[in-house]
Amino acid sequence: MSLLEINDLRIALNGEQDKQVVKGLNLSIEPGQTMCLVGESGSGKSLTALATMGLLPPVLKPIAGTINLKGEDMLKASASRMRELRAVSMSMIFQEPMTALNPVVRVGQQIEEVLEFHSSMSKSARAKRAKEMMEAVHLPDVEKMYRSFPHQLSGGQRQRIMIAMALVMRPQLLIADEPTTALDVTTQAQILSLIRELREDQGAAVLFITHDMGVVSEIADDVTVLKLGEVMETQSVDNLLRHPQTDYTRDLLQSVPSQVPRLARAQTSDNIVLATQDLNKTYGGGGWFSRGREVKAAQDVSISLNKGRTLGIVGESGSGKTTVARCIMRLIDPTSGKVMVDGTDIATMSQKELKPHRKDIQIVFQDPMRSLNPRIEVGQSIIEGPLNFGTPRHEALKRARELLELVGLPASAVDRFPHQFSGGQRQRIAIARALAMDPDVLVADEAVSALDVSVQAQVLDLLAELQERLGLGILFITHDLGVAAQICDDVLVMQYGQVVEYGPAAQVLGAPKQDYTKALIAAAPGRHWDFANFRPFAEAAN
Amino acid sequence: MTDQTAANIAPPDRPSALSRVREIVFSSPLVFIATAILVLIALSALFAPWVVPHDPVRLQPAVRLKPPSDTFWLGTDAFGRDLFSRIITGGQISLVVGVLAAVCAVLFGLLLGLLAGYIRWVDAVLMRMVDGLMAIPSILLAIAIVSLWGASLWTVLVAITIPEVPRVVRLVRSLVLSAREEPYVEAAIAAGTPTWLIMRRHLVPNTLAPLIIQGTYICASAILTEAILSFLGAGINPETPSWGNIMAEGRIYFQINPGIVLWPGLVVSVAILSINLLGDAVRDALDPRMAKRGIER
Repeated sequence: MSLLEINDLRIALNGEQDKQVVKGLNLSIEPGQTMCLVGESGSGKSLTALATMGLLPPVLKPIAGTINLKGEDMLKASASRMRELRAVSMSMIFQEPMTALNPVVRVGQQIEEVLEFHSSMSKSARAKRAKEMMEAVHLPDVEKMYRSFPHQLSGGQRQRIMIAMALVMRPQLLIADEPTTALDVTTQAQILSLIRELREDQGAAVLFITHDMGVVSEIADDVTVLKLGEVMETQSVDNLLRHPQTDYTRDLLQSVPSQVPRLARAQTSDNIVLATQDLNKTYGGGGWFSRGREVKAAQDVSISLNKGRTLGIVGESGSGKTTVARCIMRLIDPTSGKVMVDGTDIATMSQKELKPHRKDIQIVFQDPMRSLNPRIEVGQSIIEGPLNFGTPRHEALKRARELLELVGLPASAVDRFPHQFSGGQRQRIAIARALAMDPDVLVADEAVSALDVSVQAQVLDLLAELQERLGLGILFITHDLGVAAQICDDVLVMQYGQVVEYGPAAQVLGAPKQDYTKALIAAAPGRHWDFANFRPFAEAAN
Repeated sequence: MTDQTAANIAPPDRPSALSRVREIVFSSPLVFIATAILVLIALSALFAPWVVPHDPVRLQPAVRLKPPSDTFWLGTDAFGRDLFSRIITGGQISLVVGVLAAVCAVLFGLLLGLLAGYIRWVDAVLMRMVDGLMAIPSILLAIAIVSLWGASLWTVLVAITIPEVPRVVRLVRSLVLSAREEPYVEAAIAAGTPTWLIMRRHLVPNTLAPLIIQGTYICASAILTEAILSFLGAGINPETPSWGNIMAEGRIYFQINPGIVLWPGLVVSVAILSINLLGDAVRDALDPRMAKRGIER
């Protein structure tokens, strides 16, 4: 008998038949198996996990089906029975390790708490078991860490604590809901291998929820693909990646950015539209009112971007890539160095002197939900810049309609409010707003990171098309090596505010010289798979 | 794949201002009663000269300290003035002070809060002054200001407004600090939008909902402060009836006719309770997070 068996699960908003968000899901997991639930946002993958744990928000109600864990129906179990089962028979780890731990309780105690509720162990036995578990998840210096508070730990360490808490009672089922999405790629690789190792040691089954095909190829035994609450297909991972049965899965796989750098493009223009020389940004340090440690967020960054080219800045969180972008945009003031936009140094200009140069360089931000003012029509957002530079309103609005069509939206969208658009559509509007200024340079700060992979592919295509048509120079900031490989001509790798490696994409990503770059590339999940061609790269070479 | 066509753009769904007001007023029976009471008090104060049965300032020594009767519905005070007429008329001062103090405090607080939230050095200086101001009890500060400039409607208004401003400044500053980090504000900076326009277009609208709510609380507290000041003798000229004045004058005759203190006290309490209830209803309506919690309850 399967460990977990979900039959025809239906979850609906307010329990109403016609508002189903999970529509007849079937799933079964054997002991020791890793099942990946894959889907884009709104596919119902997290809801399935929450329903299994009995943690659905009250507005969402299961209206049909069964969830059998070792033959017991979770949907019929009482609240107190569910409490007994959680941690003992099944447990869950979440996406955000920053908020999943109680900030005012030492992490060792948080692990012990689980034992306190679910076992009759003595205090000293609990402490011993907690420390064993911390060893098992490979935390360094366990004695010290046992007494640490969550804020003293890194994101990866916190996620390890979460895993230790989840597994301390040796549950047969571990549910992991996007456990590595908030982590850097090198940390992600470590956590994935930890989950693999613990599954083997403890013989637990894993229900692993992710949107990332790379992660799937690393960890899954079997995969279930979900779309809008419906199961598209269930297959073993190798079969799925080689022979996807549905068009949806095929599209999904083909949207995954490949890790192979794009073919080098001939440089079409010698016109350098953006350059920095020894750009530095230092935070903190001595001041009249503040004492504190100096943080060098960016050190001696020198870049140069030609018309019509794309330069990628790649790095993990805290590497200083966004600091560089914000300095270039003069959203923050650089400590020293030059920022040359079309040959003019704007680094030390006053806001007033800066204004005429603002229109040459525009930015698209990461979070599509926050990059448009929710209270004004998108048309007003788009024409804000042109109005500042004296374009008459009706002319600016006419241009806004054209731009919306250029980015693949109807011209009538000018009169609508941001909440009426999806994330991908909003990102298109943000691009239209940037283009309304006719800039020479577009800075894209993680502009596709918050989007589903299929939407991400569309936005990347759009950027490429616009670059072709308008000759934009694009400074593309990303943590995703696949995305960088797909669109960048040149790549700059940053770590701790310093430039690690800088050169043509084929060289930096294809034949890296620095150890850090090599480590980054090695950690990228799914780097062995050529998703778009449904085969591993190793086979392509033969 | 996610379809990027016109078909999945939802039609506009912005409720009109009138329907929002209706929604708030009818959100619960309690709020409806509160609104009705406020409208009644406001209308009767506004049309006091036509509504009152007697002249509220005419002295009639013959009918001093009468108990309630058909002629004098709530009785008379120590000078033989009709208590009911005085309470109705007294509402004028209280409501004017309440509303004006709320409007002034919100406007000044908004202006200073915007500056503090947006300009670093202003923040350092202004917020220390605000801290200093907040350290002084508001009644004491108000008494000091009134005794400095003498009692009149305007000094009382200033005296009540000044202690309320710091709270608004702090509120607006914190809202501006978080709003200015929003990418859409940075996009506006990158688009060369002048600072005053960024404030007007992107920052002020974000502060409006909390400010309206804060305004209702200030209104209630100003009415109370005015009553306290008048009661202490540091308020409006005693000849002009205000709820605080009436209570102050009735204090020594409490044992003979307790109604002189109790009736205006009751009106003050009911008015303030109603304003606060309305403020809560506005907050629930404007803050989507509260609404969501409401569903889960």
